[in-house]
Amino acid sequence: MRRDDGYVEERSAPAPPGPAAGQGDPWRPWPGQDGAAPEDGWPRRRPPWRRWRHHQWVGRPQGSGPLRRSREDRLVAGLAAGIAARTGVDVTLVRLAFVVAALLGGFGVAAYVAGWLLLPAEGADGSIASRALNDRRGLALAAGLGSLLIILLTIASALGARWLSSVAWALVVSVVGITLIWRNTPPDEHAVLRRLADPVLGMAGAGGRRRPLLRIVAAALLLIIGLAALLSGRSAHLLAPLAGLLLVITAIVIMLGPWWLRIARDLVLERQARARAEERADMAAHLHDSVLQTLALIQRRADQPQQVIQLARAQERELRSWLFDGLPPGSADGQGMTLAGGVRLIQQEVEAQHGITVEAVTVGDCELDDDLNALLAAAREATVNAAKWSGAPAVALFAEVEPAEVVLFVRDRGRGFDPAAVPGDRKGLAESIRARVARHGGSVTVRSAPGEGTEVSLTMPRDAGRRQPSRPARA
Amino acid sequence: MTMPAPGAARPRVFIVDDHGLFRSGVRSELGDQVDVVGEADDVAPAITLIAECLPDVVLLDVHLPGGGGQDVVTATKPAHPQVRFLALSASDAPEDVIAVIRAGARGYVTKTISGAELVDAVYRVAAGDAVFSPRLAGFVLDAFAALGPPGEGRQTFDPELDQLTPREREVLRLIARGYTYKEIARELYISGKTVESHVSSVLRKLQLSTRHQLTRWATERRLT
Repeated sequence: MRRDDGYVEERSAPAPPGPAAGQGDPWRPWPGQDGAAPEDGWPRRRPPWRRWRHHQWVGRPQGSGPLRRSREDRLVAGLAAGIAARTGVDVTLVRLAFVVAALLGGFGVAAYVAGWLLLPAEGADGSIASRALNDRRGLALAAGLGSLLIILLTIASALGARWLSSVAWALVVSVVGITLIWRNTPPDEHAVLRRLADPVLGMAGAGGRRRPLLRIVAAALLLIIGLAALLSGRSAHLLAPLAGLLLVITAIVIMLGPWWLRIARDLVLERQARARAEERADMAAHLHDSVLQTLALIQRRADQPQQVIQLARAQERELRSWLFDGLPPGSADGQGMTLAGGVRLIQQEVEAQHGITVEAVTVGDCELDDDLNALLAAAREATVNAAKWSGAPAVALFAEVEPAEVVLFVRDRGRGFDPAAVPGDRKGLAESIRARVARHGGSVTVRSAPGEGTEVSLTMPRDAGRRQPSRPARA
Repeated sequence: MTMPAPGAARPRVFIVDDHGLFRSGVRSELGDQVDVVGEADDVAPAITLIAECLPDVVLLDVHLPGGGGQDVVTATKPAHPQVRFLALSASDAPEDVIAVIRAGARGYVTKTISGAELVDAVYRVAAGDAVFSPRLAGFVLDAFAALGPPGEGRQTFDPELDQLTPREREVLRLIARGYTYKEIARELYISGKTVESHVSSVLRKLQLSTRHQLTRWATERRLT
């Protein structure tokens, strides 16, 4: 209703002269279809009376350049205008050709949809089809709808509805094409599609309320014809009762359809609202458990900067893994599953227990096995050593998963030591790091000098056949 | 760490971050080593103010309420190519960081960086060098590893741009391991300038490499 009022206003404002200013302008089946109308509320397209005055069917200046769908002069997708501009044939003629072809077994509709799909719009860098190729779900949906339609049509033609088979392929092409277009058009063309669908939805939905009488009359008529066909069905012809049944069903759908639709729509809306509320509650719970708790702790320990930094960093890490990796808070166990998770765990534990910063970076990722668990345990020990003895405020932890091996580096800029002078019985380095990695076939190198910091490099060969690298990893 | 030479012109710095607390924190950390000429808290004011005061270096948050930090870079770069950007962020999905770099930022550091390191990074960027934090080096290694070597069924349009040289890979690895440029130079027996040029070359590849492939990398990351 509102739309119709707007329509009348829009038309009367510029007061265009001529007979076509009245109702029923055949060139504008729905208002505002030319996309954004200019400020004066009058569409850019030339009014029809002027078009008719100097019409010139053929022999217009022929356009050059590739065939493109027109953005300026479009009723639906600008295909006819595009063809007209390219070939020099009048646009009205092209449109008429499409309409006539549409009446002939739906060929025009199918051709139009195909053109819409395959021809890029003016100024666009690719056709909708090229975009649709990357849209797997859209392709699946289109394939599903198409095959469903084919099955229905096969059943129908088996039951004797011969006329259906003449439009069958056009119908299938159109439905599949429009599904792909619907999912892959840019927003401006999407608006056109929606406007096209509007009258159909309007008939069934909210708009239907305006014409209850019409609907009831139509439904009653169909019901009577249908029942008549059903009950009078003495004839041995199979089709009569079937058609009758079909008509009765159609009548019921017309009567109750809008109501069903409304109920379904309300249900969907309600479900969405509930999902949103649940999501919000989840988020609130998470923020309460983690962020608010941490903020409270930080306030209480404001006089201990080291602890505040630790708390803040732990919180930052947790929040980040929640936001970007989708890991629920406190799911430390789940993180141990991959190498990157293991490195993250080392970072968290050492930071929490020893009050230093661990900068962890991982490149690539893979599943853990016994060997890599040993590597991680050794890396953890090396990190703890750095935290305890180096005196440096930060430790860098770098892990890279390569096709043949996993390498891990633990580095600090602390006081360092002379590796040659370390007594052989110092358990940490000798047993926990070197021997542990060596038992699993890996190797460890320690580089350090007094005053220069320490770097422990740990390498573990990978059984390439068994462990496929899995991406992605987070730093 | 190369500390600013005494008497060298202090770079004029502009800070873009939506948290006032963080901006004042950065201001005080930078101290009087640089000249903070302005700050902004969102994309639109940042674009206007940067065009007005034309700083040497813009410290740019990756996430802003009115869009990503890359919007500020893309809006400023064409008209004022001399303004350099250093991304500075706390919460960083790799694809967002790479997006800012690809828009034209000269580097990326995390907000946990110390004051002295930040000053150093600002001076580097002002001098036209690239600044890679360990984390960015990790992201880049990951991104280029995901692109894979050519000839393995993947299309590479420009092997020159879509691949890192072994040397560049080595340099990135050392950065990821926490080495400074000076330490990298000593480790690889090359000069500091050579290290700089390797890093700049990686930055160039990151910015110019076939958009299609890096985008696909980012999409894959987001999906899994």
